[in-house]
Amino acid sequence: MNEHVLEEKQITMKKQAVKKNRNTYLWGWLLIAPTAIGLIVLNIIPVFQTLLMSFQNVSTFGTSTFVGLDNYVKMFSDAEFWQSLRNTLVYTVIQVPLTVILSTIAAVLVNTKIKGVGIYRVIYFLPMIAAPAAVAMVWRWLYNSEFGLINTILGYFGLENVQWLSDPNVVLWSIIIVGIWSNIGYNMILLLAGLQEIPQEYYEAATVDGAGKIRQFFQITVPLLTPQLFFVLVTSVISALQIFDIIFIMFDVTNPSLNKAQSLVYMFFNESFVLNDKGYGSAVVMVLVVIIMCITAIQLIAQKKWVTYD
Amino acid sequence: MHNEPTKKSKLFIHIVLIIGSIIMILPFVWMFLTSGKTIPETTSIPPTILPESFQWENYKNVWNVLPFVAFFLNTGIMIVVRVVTSTLFSAMAAFAVAKLEFPGKNLFFWMVLTQMMIPAQIFLTPQYLLVQNIGMLNTVTALIIPGIISAFGTFLLRQFFMKLPDELMEAATIDGANIWQIFARIYLPLAKSGLVSLSIFTALFAYKDLMWPLIVNISQEKMTLSAGLASLQGQFTSNYPQLMAGSVISIIPMIILYIIFQKQFIQGIATTGGK
Repeated sequence: MNEHVLEEKQITMKKQAVKKNRNTYLWGWLLIAPTAIGLIVLNIIPVFQTLLMSFQNVSTFGTSTFVGLDNYVKMFSDAEFWQSLRNTLVYTVIQVPLTVILSTIAAVLVNTKIKGVGIYRVIYFLPMIAAPAAVAMVWRWLYNSEFGLINTILGYFGLENVQWLSDPNVVLWSIIIVGIWSNIGYNMILLLAGLQEIPQEYYEAATVDGAGKIRQFFQITVPLLTPQLFFVLVTSVISALQIFDIIFIMFDVTNPSLNKAQSLVYMFFNESFVLNDKGYGSAVVMVLVVIIMCITAIQLIAQKKWVTYD
Repeated sequence: MHNEPTKKSKLFIHIVLIIGSIIMILPFVWMFLTSGKTIPETTSIPPTILPESFQWENYKNVWNVLPFVAFFLNTGIMIVVRVVTSTLFSAMAAFAVAKLEFPGKNLFFWMVLTQMMIPAQIFLTPQYLLVQNIGMLNTVTALIIPGIISAFGTFLLRQFFMKLPDELMEAATIDGANIWQIFARIYLPLAKSGLVSLSIFTALFAYKDLMWPLIVNISQEKMTLSAGLASLQGQFTSNYPQLMAGSVISIIPMIILYIIFQKQFIQGIATTGGK
């Protein structure tokens, strides 16, 4: 073959490759364009805007004046902020472990070979598909101090009425109970998926070795379930720290115990969209974001100590 | 455990699970029973368990007080548009990230991951101001806007596309198909289970969302079921039969869908939550 022709062929091939590459680039950009633009406009820019607003006084019609650290200074000397922070953290610290433990038990039980497990799964998942407004509304009714079903049942056992929605020492527990009830099914499904991946042989071998069910649970099930447990833990903590819906529906603005119930997100909502102080609301949300990011980071680091991936 | 339990332990498991089921289902049963009662029936001590005669008027009344038809339409439109756009856009982006090489790919994927890690409240006020600036407050469009795209969906579907072999791409390229055709005709159908899971997930969370519809849409006519129901509370503080009737109306469509598609629902949530 003529050398000249060969060279020309190579050049055209290179040209084609470059063209193909350019073509691929173009397609790549085109395909990500809607999501990329959406992310920039709806998420990336807003992060900086919220940060900026937290240093501003934002009026109703968007004219803002820079006020430096005023919002933060105000916040750190605001008893309402500290109370909301405390409520949020206490809620999370109690709700999450209880939910994770109960969902693990539920997942293990619905993973057994008994009749009707499918029905149990469907029932436990039910709270997850109901609108939180409806869920909170019916719980508000169940919690009613005079005519509510819960106090009536307590009455049958000779127990005194509990002021579920007005006793400042109880209100947070009322929210925790609804929180657990709403989340068990969701976590159960996630954990169940993990349980189903554990090879049956492990249990058979353990049974042959004479290990009892309880020992099997702690020595086989729990260690092999740690990746799912970790995922459930992280997502549960994040969503617990963002608790809002239940509080918003169950407590009237006029409820004197509201301050013992309200969360940081509730405070953010109230400041930004009810009292219209968007600068102050942004400062509250910045604190929430920092807390969530820190806790998540700690969990990611701590996972090396207890999560086993195979 | 997974191995065959003994008869005794089977009975024990059933008892525990049944007690759990009662706790899970009782609020819904009580909601329904209350929705059929008269007010005196709800305020008698001890309370009546079953309504003497079921008061369907409660449903009629609450239906007349609140524009439920609008609620259903708004919620339906919001869900359908969000599901269609976010699933399509996520699939496109996920395919590009999983199967193509182009500059800026990593930067884009970092943006996706960052969005997923940051709590959503930080976006809310600027999103609200954006909707306000384009004059869209109090519209159905406002309900849709934050859900047009989905970082989570992109992340989820990327995992589906990564599992599919690259050879499909090479074979199709030789056959002269362009990248859009390869995506739409070859890879997209193969990711069907991922698309279904994502759609269910998106629909469920759009339906459950309360804060966004609450802040952007003030007039009742533009509210979703969730937010509309919340506004009922102010109007009937202690008329529990009507409050419960409203609650039943707003959860019934999802419950029906759930009962029909329970497998897909549970599977969908399991895959979206899984690794």
